[in-house]
Amino acid sequence: MHRRTALTLLASLPAFAGFSTKALAAEWDSILSEAKGQTVYWHAWGGDPKINDFITWIGDKAQERYGVTLEHVKLAATSDAVARVLAEQQAGQTDGGAVDLIWINGENFAAMKSQGLLYGPFTETLPNWPLVDVAGKPATVTDFTLPTDGFESPWAMAQLVFEYDTAWLQNPPQSIDLLLEWSISNPGRFTYPQPPDYLGTTFLKQVLYGVMADPSVLQSPVDDASYAAQVAPLWAYLDRLHPTLWREAKAFPQNEPALGQLLADGEIDISFAFNPGRASAEIAAGTLPDTVRTFVLQGGTIGNASFVAIPFNAAHRAGALVIANLLLDPEVQARAQDPAVLGFQTVLDLQSLSGEDRARFEALDLGVATLSPADLGPVLLEPHASWMTRIAQDWTARYGVAQ
Amino acid sequence: MPPLTLGLMTLPIAAGLAGTALPAFGNGGAGIEKLLAWPGLPKSVALSIGTGLVSTLLALALTLLILAAFAGTPAFARIRRGLAPLLSVPHAAAALGLAFLIAPSGWIARLLSPELTGWQVPPDLLILNDPLGLSLTLGLVAKELPFLLLMALAALPQIDADRRLTTAATLGYGRIAAFTFTLLPDLYRQLRLPTYAVLAYGMTTVDMALILGPTLPPTLSAQITLWMGEANLTMRDTAAAGAVLQLVLAVLAISLWRVMEIFTKRALIAIAFTAPRLALIDRPAAFIARLAALLITGTLAFGLAGLSLWSVAGLWQFPDAWPEEITLRTWATAGPSLRETSATTLIIATGATLAALALALACLQAEASLHLTPTKRALVLLYLPLLVPQIAFLPGLQMLALPLGLDGTVAAVMAIHLVFVLPYVFLSLSGPFRAWDGRIATAAATLGASEARIFWRLRLPMLTGPVLTAAAVGMAVSIGQYLPTLMIGGGRVETLTTEAVALSSGGNRRLIGAYAVLQLLLPALAFSAALALPLWLWRDRRLMRGLG
Repeated sequence: MHRRTALTLLASLPAFAGFSTKALAAEWDSILSEAKGQTVYWHAWGGDPKINDFITWIGDKAQERYGVTLEHVKLAATSDAVARVLAEQQAGQTDGGAVDLIWINGENFAAMKSQGLLYGPFTETLPNWPLVDVAGKPATVTDFTLPTDGFESPWAMAQLVFEYDTAWLQNPPQSIDLLLEWSISNPGRFTYPQPPDYLGTTFLKQVLYGVMADPSVLQSPVDDASYAAQVAPLWAYLDRLHPTLWREAKAFPQNEPALGQLLADGEIDISFAFNPGRASAEIAAGTLPDTVRTFVLQGGTIGNASFVAIPFNAAHRAGALVIANLLLDPEVQARAQDPAVLGFQTVLDLQSLSGEDRARFEALDLGVATLSPADLGPVLLEPHASWMTRIAQDWTARYGVAQ
Repeated sequence: MPPLTLGLMTLPIAAGLAGTALPAFGNGGAGIEKLLAWPGLPKSVALSIGTGLVSTLLALALTLLILAAFAGTPAFARIRRGLAPLLSVPHAAAALGLAFLIAPSGWIARLLSPELTGWQVPPDLLILNDPLGLSLTLGLVAKELPFLLLMALAALPQIDADRRLTTAATLGYGRIAAFTFTLLPDLYRQLRLPTYAVLAYGMTTVDMALILGPTLPPTLSAQITLWMGEANLTMRDTAAAGAVLQLVLAVLAISLWRVMEIFTKRALIAIAFTAPRLALIDRPAAFIARLAALLITGTLAFGLAGLSLWSVAGLWQFPDAWPEEITLRTWATAGPSLRETSATTLIIATGATLAALALALACLQAEASLHLTPTKRALVLLYLPLLVPQIAFLPGLQMLALPLGLDGTVAAVMAIHLVFVLPYVFLSLSGPFRAWDGRIATAAATLGASEARIFWRLRLPMLTGPVLTAAAVGMAVSIGQYLPTLMIGGGRVETLTTEAVALSSGGNRRLIGAYAVLQLLLPALAFSAALALPLWLWRDRRLMRGLG
């Protein structure tokens, strides 16, 4: 017991991290043995059956390799889990918490980290951590401009791509301004999920990048004094766009799958997703026609990473660490990137992988509708989390209680 | 009712209301302040009251019209057979079926397009989630009408309906007038509590509002649920304040309804003095009643058929009337989670129903052996869980259960379901139980049988049918619960209903269809078992089969 405590201390000290590889391995072995037989409650958004199936598959792997049982707690919104941990903290429950692992990023991560609701730093303890492409994909350690500091571990990369059906539309509008012009001449054929939905707010941020005089201010927290003037072009843009939207903006789809369903039903011509492989995956699943293709905007689209974090009071911390590590496993990452499964972009650095593991990625058929990494264009960094909160709030006040 | 049962029903509600009121008024009223500052408040309040009152008014009016036009006729048996099974359809499934049917890309539009409408793509029409809550109102009417009708059917024999109608008919009154003047006053007395329950439900429903209701802003109850889920706990004060407001609104609406009752009564009495026979309106009234019954049965039936079809659909593009291929892919890939969720749903429903049956039987038996007469107050208490809006006390109950570690378990969900299952089981069972011929017991007692022996060997076997029906009702109620499962289950206990509603926002029609089909199937199986089991049990006792 004493030795393990000492090892834990040693491993958690960054200064020792470099030369304690052996200690780390021992520490990981003890984590593995502690995790065996645990049931990990992973709170993750449950609105997409493909992701749910993937998590089920992860559960099978975890059981098979480590004897860890994985329970997917399907959330309608990640904030449900955050609220729960917060409530537990306020009720003085410092261990045995209900949430072991959360799929998280952005404002939820910022909120949890600042309120001391997270366990960590833990990412350096994960044996698979060195495989992560920290240098090539800075979004794996910077979450909405906030350094992750090892309090969350990435498991998938996402980038905003637009989807359209070539059967109806040949030349999609490839900038925010052109999109407005297109929607004005094709009324009722475009919409976005209702903020504060994640994807809907991302669209607003993408518009901000397109209409702001100086988008670089997005990398700093919102400045109350200049905020109104900075975002005025966004509201002007939306005031022009809304009357031309699907249902004249009197109703909005509620989230990404609902938006995708509108494209599948032919209710809209252009949709978008935070996943470059979604369209191909849906075509493979037979829910989108194979004439659907994707495009990105000139100047780039917003991209970020999805993470998992462990609450400070998680009842099954060892099991949660095992799952976080398993998510970084090359086999798991390659499966997530398979468009027939999820079509998520990997967080790993393919150069650092063994030949066998690299081959898993090279063997993937990205699908008819997926753009190659080169065609995906530049990735715009997520604005500071305060922007998301603020514009979602203001959007609700302006448009969310309409009439 | 014995104190234990009363306590079981009232304690969670009282505790929940207290748990809601504390944060609402605590912290210097910060929650109330934020609630009042929310720009959507006036509209969402108006929506709650409007959809609740209008849907209740319509459902009640149509119920009475159907009764007035058809009670005692052969057509009535058909209408009854058509509507009764709809009672067991969970609210969420009914709402989803309706949504699939009436959406601009829904089945109706697909069937008519492009031949009749010329639509190659779905029309840009705001039908679902419309700002006035019309589709929500329609959904509520379709779901509540069968409930009110069956409650009325149970009441009709008690007020000697047939003889009164015959008397009125011989005096030359038309069917509608005869019903209105001779039956309605007594009938409504028995329908009042169910009507209040419908009103309270209509104003505060969360699952139906999330699926069919407006979103800019949503109804108050749906917005409270959204606030409960927000990341910063400060919104919980707002949610609690909203829940208190919701309770006040429900009380106000029921009071308003009471006032309307008094005026309607006065008007009826005044009209009755002029003794209008009104025989001429019988035909048009019968036509409207038939149309309404057909429309509601048809809407729900086609909606549910549409759900089933989507669950086995491959690619199904607009405006195709039918899927390109029929495939079991959805069922195969979702199989494991469907099985698991069904099992959880069944375990909870069975547990809650068995407990409710035991309590209801114990109460009724105590009532019979102690010769108690059921008071009006006891009946109101029985209805309490149906009258107090779920959204008003469940958030409080969740906040109380959390520090005690009571939430998030199957047992806790089962316990909270019991609160809602018990009234229905009791209502379903009490009629037949009280109607049982007491002379049989007297005869047995003179032969030396004990109270217990009479209950186990005579009363219970002879009431097998009603007991099984009550059990099926209990199962259906439990399977349909959304908010109690969500709040007390803490997101960790998943039933078919919570899964279907969670998926509904995502728009994956195939998977929603699969969950909804199971939501329908389980109660239907319970009802079929309730019908088939007595036949099998009494296969060599012919007279027993007709009992109950």
